[in-house]
Amino acid sequence: MKNTFIARHPSVLIFLACLAVFTLVVTLMSHAYGTGGLSTSFVKTLGRTLCLCLVALAMDLVWGYCGILSLGHFAFFGLGGYMIGMWLMYARTEIIVTESLANSPIPPTAQEVQDAIGTQIFGVVGSSDFPLIWSFAHSLTLQLLLVLLIPGVLALVFGWLAFRSRVTGVYLSILTQAMTLALSLYLFQNESGLRGNNGLSGLQNLPGVSAGQDAISVWFLWASALALGLGYLLAAWVVSGKFGSVVRGIRDDEARVRFLGYSVEGYKLFIFTLTAIIAAIAGALYYPQAGIINPGEVAPIASIYLAVWVAIGGRGRLYGAVIGAAVVSLVSTWFTGGLVPALNLGFYRIDWVDWWLVLLGLSFVLVTLFAPKGIGGLFDLVTDRMAPNRHGADYGPDKGSLREGEGQE
Amino acid sequence: MSTLLEVSGVSVTFDGFRAINNLSFQIGAAELRAIIGPNGAGKTTFMDIVTGKTRPDEGRVIWGEKSVNLLKMNEARIAQAGIGRKFQRPTVFEDQSVYDNLLMAVKNARGPLSVLFYKPTFRDRGKVEELASEIGLADELSRKSGELSHGQKQWLEIGMLLAQEPRLLLVDEPAAGMTLAEREHTTDLLVEAAKTRAVVVVEHDMDFVRRLNCKVTVLHEGSVLAEGSLDHVTANQQVIDVYLGR
Repeated sequence: MKNTFIARHPSVLIFLACLAVFTLVVTLMSHAYGTGGLSTSFVKTLGRTLCLCLVALAMDLVWGYCGILSLGHFAFFGLGGYMIGMWLMYARTEIIVTESLANSPIPPTAQEVQDAIGTQIFGVVGSSDFPLIWSFAHSLTLQLLLVLLIPGVLALVFGWLAFRSRVTGVYLSILTQAMTLALSLYLFQNESGLRGNNGLSGLQNLPGVSAGQDAISVWFLWASALALGLGYLLAAWVVSGKFGSVVRGIRDDEARVRFLGYSVEGYKLFIFTLTAIIAAIAGALYYPQAGIINPGEVAPIASIYLAVWVAIGGRGRLYGAVIGAAVVSLVSTWFTGGLVPALNLGFYRIDWVDWWLVLLGLSFVLVTLFAPKGIGGLFDLVTDRMAPNRHGADYGPDKGSLREGEGQE
Repeated sequence: MSTLLEVSGVSVTFDGFRAINNLSFQIGAAELRAIIGPNGAGKTTFMDIVTGKTRPDEGRVIWGEKSVNLLKMNEARIAQAGIGRKFQRPTVFEDQSVYDNLLMAVKNARGPLSVLFYKPTFRDRGKVEELASEIGLADELSRKSGELSHGQKQWLEIGMLLAQEPRLLLVDEPAAGMTLAEREHTTDLLVEAAKTRAVVVVEHDMDFVRRLNCKVTVLHEGSVLAEGSLDHVTANQQVIDVYLGR
């Protein structure tokens, strides 16, 4: 079965091979395990980029294949980050607090340790009590489960309400934007229990691990690459076969799929929830590499960027989404990092840190207008070269069949 | 003959316009029926009501031996219950191959999980191939259906309809855009299908209806104007006035 699946979808194998080679090269050039040609911060950037590729994959599944333009998937990404961040912060603070209290003349009670952790974490928002949502923060296993559960349940409830009312198209996009905006505003409040606009910080330090950041950055790169590889396999499997047929059918003609007897709502809900969980896993791997998460991360604009990446990369093909996310986010890092020399026009100096967004917006418009297949469409040029040249011939055997030009519409 | 579908006293209003007015209609379990009528007579709206797309303001739609109320079911459940529909304009999934189109329609479990873990069985593959040769697309199975000609798309949609194994087929203008030979083939297919199930054909072309050689229902302004053999209804003065005379 495995063989036939790979044989029918050679692009999966090519993608996985590229990903493996990339991971190997970065590892061999890292400080911890290789020549040291790449700085630790750049290895982290690459690891984060892999996570962004994974969330773009989820976006492609929900938008490119199922036709739901969700502008809220970064909310699930952020929630995944918050869930893992809670454990990272709690466990690390616990170690620090235990060490400092160990020197006190009287051994501290469990309650004292708990209170000290609370003061350390929530002092910044003027509180020291643990809110209810931190109940499981002491356990990595439970908090990892919440990474899947919280975004999954939110997507399930939101999707169920939206899809059963048959909200589609632009109205659904607006609803998802409202959802991510509401979540962001809620998290900004100190009462949310997640440290308000301070967010969670110090996430780059793994509690109980003595290895330096140079090694940890490579571990996270491996984990991100593994997650992306598995996510790609899962996505490729989901969109192949009959399920993929039905999902693409929903994108192209929802009513027709209904009249074939498929409950469109159930399928949409499945894809929406599955992609929310994939996005959450990506977020849970991203934020330990970023070191900090705050409510600004789930702002509506983030989810719009996600759609832009997928559109530029080429929606409706999995590798397109990955390429789009990788290219646009890396180029974005390059431009906004002030590494691109400013363009002096004589009368005006174009500073790319400020003008990058204009350039991104312009390329989005240009891609949408002139290359709707995106960067991924370039691969079609290669496969077309390899395919037999039958230009100008009728598609079908009889006179009534479409000519080449018509068929390509 | 037992009644498969019974529509009684159905009315529906769109923004004050009465599209269907106290319509009653019955069809047996193995019967071929043609519906004719001028534009705006409510032919397509009638199909919309039966398939669950439109909810009527009043009336009843009763289905099958167990007398199920179709008005309480959604489109997907109605389709699963055994009502298949072919649209006026051929609607196939143009981005996908003929094979995928047919396989999607073949009668099987329709839930997301059973579809996710579905593998085409020998029986299903055989069925797709058999249908493809019946609709003359056996050599086109791997081609994208968007590349087919208009007539071939019509065929593909009829094939998808048959693959669902419905007990009632609602067919909206099946012969539009077909050549004479194709029309004759369509007639044969529909007549053959009606031996084991109920078939309702909406058609404008009187020659096509004549070839079907079946009971005819004439709709006008949302209700039944006349019903009977084609010769009977075409002799009806009212039918001549509102439909044939124009």
